[in-house]
Amino acid sequence: MLKVKLFDRWRWAVLVPALLLALPVAIVFASLFSPQLDVWQHLRQTVLADYIVNSLVLAGGTGLGALLIGTSTAWLISQYQFFGRRYLEWLLLLPLAVPAYIIAYTYTGMLDFAGPLQSWLREVFGWSFGDYWFPEIRSLAGAVLMLSLVLYPYVYMLARNAFSEQSASLLEASRTLGLSPRRHFWKVALPLARPAILTGMALAMMEAFADYGTVQYFGVPTFTTGIFRTWFGMGNAVAAAQLAALLTSFVLFLLLLEKWSRRKVRYYHQGQKHSAPARRRVSPARQLLLFVLCLLPVILGFLLPAWQLSSWAFANWQRTLNAAFWQLVWNSFSLAAIAALLSVLLALIFAYARRLKQDPVVRLPVQLAALGYAVPGTVIAIGVMLPLAWFDQRIDLLAEQWFGIRTGLLLSGTIVALLLAYSVRFLAVSLHGIEAGLERIKPNMDNAARSLGFSPWQVLRRVHIPLLRGSVLTALLLVFVDVLKELPATLILRPFNFNTLAVRAHELASDERLADAALPALAIVLVGLLPVIILARSTERRMRGVE
Amino acid sequence: MKLSKLMLLVAGSLASCLIHTSAAFAAEVNVYSARQEELIKPLLDTFTAETGIKVNLITGNADELITRINSEGRNSPADILITTDVGRLARAKQQGVLQAIESETLSTIIPANLRDPAGVWYGLTVRARPIMYIEGKVDPAQLSTMEDLADPKWKGKICVRSSNNIYNQSHLASLIAHDGAVEAEAWAKGLVANFARPPRGGDRDQIKAAAAGVCDIALANTYYLAGMLADPADQADAAKVKIFWPNQQGNGVHINVAGAGVATFAPNKANAVKLLEYMVQPNAQRWYAEVNHEYPIRTDVAISTILEGFGTFKADNLELEQLGELNAEAIRILDRAGWR
Repeated sequence: MLKVKLFDRWRWAVLVPALLLALPVAIVFASLFSPQLDVWQHLRQTVLADYIVNSLVLAGGTGLGALLIGTSTAWLISQYQFFGRRYLEWLLLLPLAVPAYIIAYTYTGMLDFAGPLQSWLREVFGWSFGDYWFPEIRSLAGAVLMLSLVLYPYVYMLARNAFSEQSASLLEASRTLGLSPRRHFWKVALPLARPAILTGMALAMMEAFADYGTVQYFGVPTFTTGIFRTWFGMGNAVAAAQLAALLTSFVLFLLLLEKWSRRKVRYYHQGQKHSAPARRRVSPARQLLLFVLCLLPVILGFLLPAWQLSSWAFANWQRTLNAAFWQLVWNSFSLAAIAALLSVLLALIFAYARRLKQDPVVRLPVQLAALGYAVPGTVIAIGVMLPLAWFDQRIDLLAEQWFGIRTGLLLSGTIVALLLAYSVRFLAVSLHGIEAGLERIKPNMDNAARSLGFSPWQVLRRVHIPLLRGSVLTALLLVFVDVLKELPATLILRPFNFNTLAVRAHELASDERLADAALPALAIVLVGLLPVIILARSTERRMRGVE
Repeated sequence: MKLSKLMLLVAGSLASCLIHTSAAFAAEVNVYSARQEELIKPLLDTFTAETGIKVNLITGNADELITRINSEGRNSPADILITTDVGRLARAKQQGVLQAIESETLSTIIPANLRDPAGVWYGLTVRARPIMYIEGKVDPAQLSTMEDLADPKWKGKICVRSSNNIYNQSHLASLIAHDGAVEAEAWAKGLVANFARPPRGGDRDQIKAAAAGVCDIALANTYYLAGMLADPADQADAAKVKIFWPNQQGNGVHINVAGAGVATFAPNKANAVKLLEYMVQPNAQRWYAEVNHEYPIRTDVAISTILEGFGTFKADNLELEQLGELNAEAIRILDRAGWR
């Protein structure tokens, strides 16, 4: 009796927000029901192949780049003792604070034909245009590089946690069985960390699929630029939504592939009492090598762009650093904080409900909403705007009919619209993080707690949250930084007279005033650093507690 | 855990956001602007100072703003929509987002081809898209019309940005209007064959690339070159570039306007008209001429000294309304021509 009631309550607690969040993505897919043959024939004959190939190469390349950088640094950091390791452990997270479009601007400024590096080369060697070969940064390969440099921390963060949690007994066992350290990595450590690594890769690839700022600036035609072109240029919103639906199905396929690759496999936490293996000590020469290897992504993904931005910002800070600027910082910071809390709260409810009850009615809308991560921000924004406006009009009409008053716009053009869009856009981030954390808690811990008389809520509060604290914190951080960097949805949904750092940086940069855009861009990076450092310190403390 | 503190912070900030947005003023006007804040806010501030009418501003991409006004329907707070390209104004008109207004001031000051025949939208400032070339590398005697740039003699010499940009779309739309779709497509294909490199970056980047030797000819809007000449960091590059006014024997050089219209359900229509009229006053026009090097809509306001250096030109007097109507066709042609 009690069980049925509880189950129902959970079902509703999940179903209502899940359906609400699934609405924007559902609207995108609903477009498929009104075929636009004419436009599609045109697209197929001209640009569609480019969109598909470029988007796939971009996402695939970025996933691979993030895998390579993220997994290798995570392995070195978790397994070896070397000079500077303690600092590099959290320094490696810093590129996460740099938005992809901003790193693209700065590298273009540095590496372009008219930029300082090439100008210097020409001066020193007396070359002119056409005399020498120089890699073109504004290309598909350049975009892959830019995205890999700022997205690898997703893989790094999750892989490092996974590697660190593997107990010493594992290593001892594989040693006893005659595996070399290298074989231990390939045969034991890597397969065990696979769910975490794949989650990180999936996040990076979804982000790459949805990227608009970088590819637009680099002139690489992908699905996202195609969506804008079809929608705004050809004025065909339906065909644009269909393109978005096609893009989203790629991601769906990706996620199914990930699920399928670990079918039947369940990885559970070994419990809290395991001992982490002592990190291996190596010779000073190899220490230097490891140090340089781990420092490289930090330099390329953070220090160099930050230095370039600082030098631009320093040149004109007196003009740009004023009260309005601090207002921007506050707006961005508070918006990101609220959105992060909301998103993690939702993710906790969803993940927990899914764990409690394998209910397809609940699972489907959640999965649909989580696809929002791969849908470009603008499309999400429209998907949020339409239902909210419809709701507002309904209320307005009803209020007028029944009470003779006009309520006007209640939700459209308010912070609520923004928060809804962020929740859809970034649900995947918090959900993935928390589910990955939940998966490592044995189901029989739930059972034990329930049999001791805990309600599901108590299980959540007294068992899961303490165990999940790391995952929750990671999810909070990721969503916070993502919202801070988010541009297109913010641009279109924000209320009157409400600007954020990203909006400001974008306005100036799109007007090709990189130097003026530097201060807000730098501020995004610096504000984004704050939670990165908090997270780094807390995980450090947690790990030391384990040791 | 410090979660409770964080919650407190968040609640506080949420409250501040709400207060922020609900500030009500007796006299106000709500502006949806595709023109970025920096190039509109100072003018709005002086408007408020002079009239006491408070201006609420939201900036963004023109198409998204149109979509937003559309979805807000009869409850939309939008009074004025400002865009930086006439194609978007025409689209807003097609979608019924804007209403016709009558204003003696606007229709006497603004030339007829730079405003909507029915009074739905009004051009506020003008920019031209001429040929920019490197002195010494290109003999200006060789240059004649925009159409001529498709000639194989310019192979590997031309820089222009991606056709995702509205400036190129409107430009091609003007060629469709003058020469017909078939000619326009042949031109686009010829131009693409003459590209020095695949399109990338914005207008300024094309000028910089030309100055650096990547190409001899760049296509860009006038105010970009003027802005570079005014900026110490870009001066040296920009000085290498000269302007050639094409099609002077024929239709004249392609121009476009930044303009505005009053929203269909504008709650503050009278104030909106007041603001529009304010924007064509000499001081406002002078501000745009000086700060962003745009050509004033009225003839009795001086242009900036940099613009004076560009010389005078014959402007295309095509009804700008057509650029909006031909935009979708322009995109298809650009796709077929392989102009990325």
